[in-house]
Amino acid sequence: MDLTVIWAFIIAFAIFAYVVMDGFDLGIGILFPTFRVGKGRNRAMNSIAPVWDGNETWLVLGGGGLFAAFPLAYAVILPATYPLIIAMLLGLVFRGVAFEYRWRDPAHEKFWDMAFFGGSLVAAMSQGMILGALLQGIDVEGRAYAGSWWDWLTPYTFLTGLGTVAGYALLGSTWLIWKLDGGVQAHARYVALRAAIATIVLMGAVSLYNITLNAEYAAHWLTAPEIYYAAPVPVITALVAIALIRAIRGTGNSAPFWLALALFFLGMAGLGVTIWPFVVPPGITIWDAAAPERSQVFMLVGVALTLPLIIGYTAWAYWVFRGKVGEEGYH
Amino acid sequence: MLENLDALLLARIQFAFTVSFHFFFPAFSIGLASYLAVLEALWLKTGKSVYHDLFKYWIKIFAIAFAMGVVSGIVMSYQFGTNWSVFSDKAGPVIGPLMAYEVLTAFFLEAGFLGVMLFGMEKVGKKLHFAATLMVALGTFVSAFWILSVNSWMQTPTGYEIGANGQFLPGPSWWDIVFNPSFPYRLVHTVMAAYLTTAFVVGAVGAWHLLKDRANPHARTMFSMAMWMAAIVTPLQIFAGDMHGLNTLEHQPAKVMAMEGHYQSHPDGAPLILFGIPDSDAKTIRYAIEIPKASSLILKHDLNAPLAGLDTIPDDQEPPVGMLFWSFRIMVGIGFAMLGIGLWSLWGRARGRLFDMPWLHRAAVLMGPSGFAAVLAGWITTEVGRQPYVIYGLLRTADAASPLDAPAVAASLLAFILVYFAVFGIGVWYILKLMGKAPHAGEHGIEYSDVGPIRTAGITPGPTQNPGGETLPSAKPEKEPA
Ligand code: HDD
Ligand code: HEM
Ligand code: HEM
Repeated sequence: MDLTVIWAFIIAFAIFAYVVMDGFDLGIGILFPTFRVGKGRNRAMNSIAPVWDGNETWLVLGGGGLFAAFPLAYAVILPATYPLIIAMLLGLVFRGVAFEYRWRDPAHEKFWDMAFFGGSLVAAMSQGMILGALLQGIDVEGRAYAGSWWDWLTPYTFLTGLGTVAGYALLGSTWLIWKLDGGVQAHARYVALRAAIATIVLMGAVSLYNITLNAEYAAHWLTAPEIYYAAPVPVITALVAIALIRAIRGTGNSAPFWLALALFFLGMAGLGVTIWPFVVPPGITIWDAAAPERSQVFMLVGVALTLPLIIGYTAWAYWVFRGKVGEEGYH
Repeated sequence: MLENLDALLLARIQFAFTVSFHFFFPAFSIGLASYLAVLEALWLKTGKSVYHDLFKYWIKIFAIAFAMGVVSGIVMSYQFGTNWSVFSDKAGPVIGPLMAYEVLTAFFLEAGFLGVMLFGMEKVGKKLHFAATLMVALGTFVSAFWILSVNSWMQTPTGYEIGANGQFLPGPSWWDIVFNPSFPYRLVHTVMAAYLTTAFVVGAVGAWHLLKDRANPHARTMFSMAMWMAAIVTPLQIFAGDMHGLNTLEHQPAKVMAMEGHYQSHPDGAPLILFGIPDSDAKTIRYAIEIPKASSLILKHDLNAPLAGLDTIPDDQEPPVGMLFWSFRIMVGIGFAMLGIGLWSLWGRARGRLFDMPWLHRAAVLMGPSGFAAVLAGWITTEVGRQPYVIYGLLRTADAASPLDAPAVAASLLAFILVYFAVFGIGVWYILKLMGKAPHAGEHGIEYSDVGPIRTAGITPGPTQNPGGETLPSAKPEKEPA
């Protein structure tokens, strides 16, 4: 396996880690208005307040890592999705400060609740649309983006955006099933079921759409020998989806969250199969965009030394705040 | 073409705007994180509750400043790609890895331990909590290390090769890239700047409350600590700034010529222009007040040393003089004002009257925001002074921009301006409100509960404790009358 492939997997890992970890934060934001003002919302927010910053850092690793390992891809994707990136960043500004501001200013708590909701929704929608814009292909000439600033806006990106919003809502609500109890937990279950159904439907729609997007994608899924590796993915996904719905309807605490994670993992794997070996379809492969070996090696040393530590202390921080967020805080 | 020019100018304004806003928060939180670590260490060592109270007082402020630093920082990590995509493609192989190291060694460290630092005291105990505080403080420093290495490499690029596709590629030694010639100076000068910025904020808050009640032991403690910093670090900072200037003279002479206002060369001793009005068309400083030969003395340590001026630099390689001339003087002026406060406090301390000098306290309140102004002025000097290049001498800013339409950049710039002023303006207002409350025994920290991070009782609960938090009217009486 060459270093470029290793780096593609590291970036994919960072993006996956971001999507699931900040995914449940953003999902809680998206569902925020459905929680009762006061206790319900406070508990939902407290369940992520100690960890959201760490979760968001994976986005910096995904973006910064792309810049470092695949500079050409970074230099093409960002101008191509410019308005979406700006919208996402501004959404994250509102979402991030709301954690601190809403406690500081009781008179405007409702306003910051809405900022938390709106920021999360805009960030999630933008992220999904950026994904869609990438998958549908980006117009490149030489080493630069060659399209206009609205190229990303299509029905397909709208679909991927909605899919991401639904998926994050699913992650958020299943996280809350795990971390809360009583009436709020029941409400989370109610929401999770709907979010799960929406996510599954939208995932299916995006998958079908993908096959029509470009002949190369279709070939990955529909021709031999690829089909033998690819075919199990939809089958397993279907099984996980069924298990997820049953778990949400059941009484288990953490199972829905883990199954939602599995669903996301399969979705990512599916996208990986679709897009491989391109980092910017239809023209730029991971090898075209890769940084030189010296950069790859230098960073790989850093990753090998720090990533285990990062995972270690992140896990510790989660462990410190384990357990249900009850009426009187953590217990 | 004109279209392109507009997009370039807008992109520059946008970058300058977002990075300036971002840097305000790290400038404060690098220093504040260390201050919190010192307070917690003193509390653990001496057991005196005054330190614990101060810790809890400042951590509420830190939480807000840090959140603003994080969200504005996320924006920065995407600004390179959105606004400077050609630069990103070309320089990515060299500076990308340094920024990746920043994420891996600094951002995760800060963010990973922040939750425990803010909310975890009851859960992990004092020792582990202190360790978490140290990790957050260390993270802020490591973050400055890497990002300043990146910036310094762009100012004084070394250790690179040029690839066949026009990219900057790393040479055989990363050491040459990370420790490029201007980096040590920039790191020392900027980190001390952050400490001074924080010290003057802490000093101003202490002084403000001393003006109202000079017996307040908490205000006394923080004021005294801040004044020690002012007295000790300011001279060091001025010395470091001087060294930094000499280094810049070696590597970026045009920048220093513009800072000094030397349009003309001076073959036998250049004057130090204190004030005046740069006139770029006539290439002269009008109404200049100058000290003959002093500039040669400072820069060359020789009264009669010749100094080249901007007349030796082709016009299209000169930075804009007006902005540099002023921003540099603002920074240096503030530096000497800080020195004045430091000396004044030493004099007061020697007479045992540090807490009984209302004029010193008033001056300290006035100087509260001075660090921010100095830091901003310093960065404007640095960044404008490297123009017209983004990678000094090698890549022009005009050739580094993204292929964007001007309306796209204009719209996003407008959005950033509106959102930043509103959101960060409100955040600063919340911080000022917290600072307006006098620190007192049994200060509340941020604690977890169902009603939010409430202000719970400390180790030594005050008499009027109310666990209901700030939402309750009982929190009101603490508010100081204006
Ligand atoms: C509290 C903040 C503060 C104070 C009091 C000073 N500076 Fe400063 N200065 C900075 C904060 C700063 C900074 C924000 O940290 C900069 C911007 C980039 C850098 O490396 O440091 C800077 C840059 C900077 C530069 C530009 C270097 C370059 O771009 O190559 C010079 C020559 C000086 N400083 C010199 C001084 C002198 C002679 C001072 C004495 C009074 C002084 N500074 C006080
Ligand atoms: C250490 C990290 C930093 C890096 C890597 C960096 C990098 C850059 C880059 C790429 C530009 C674009 C060139 C241009 O617009 O002319 C720029 C410009 C600028 N930066 Fe920085 N910068 C950093 C820190 C700062 C800070 C902390 C400030 C201010 C507080 C600042 C102030 C500016 C200003 C005012 C400009 C505009 C200069 C001009 O266009 O004339 N920078 N910087
Ligand atoms: C263009 C340059 C810069 C970029 C791209 C950048 C990027 C970032 C990012 C992504 C974060 C959020 C990290 C998180 O999620 O926890 C951040 C925060 C931070 N940055 Fe920057 N930054 C820049 C300039 C600077 C400079 C010049 C300094 C200091 C010398 C600095 C110091 C910090 C610190 C200490 C934090 C932690 C948050 C805080 O203290 O408020 N950054 N930055």
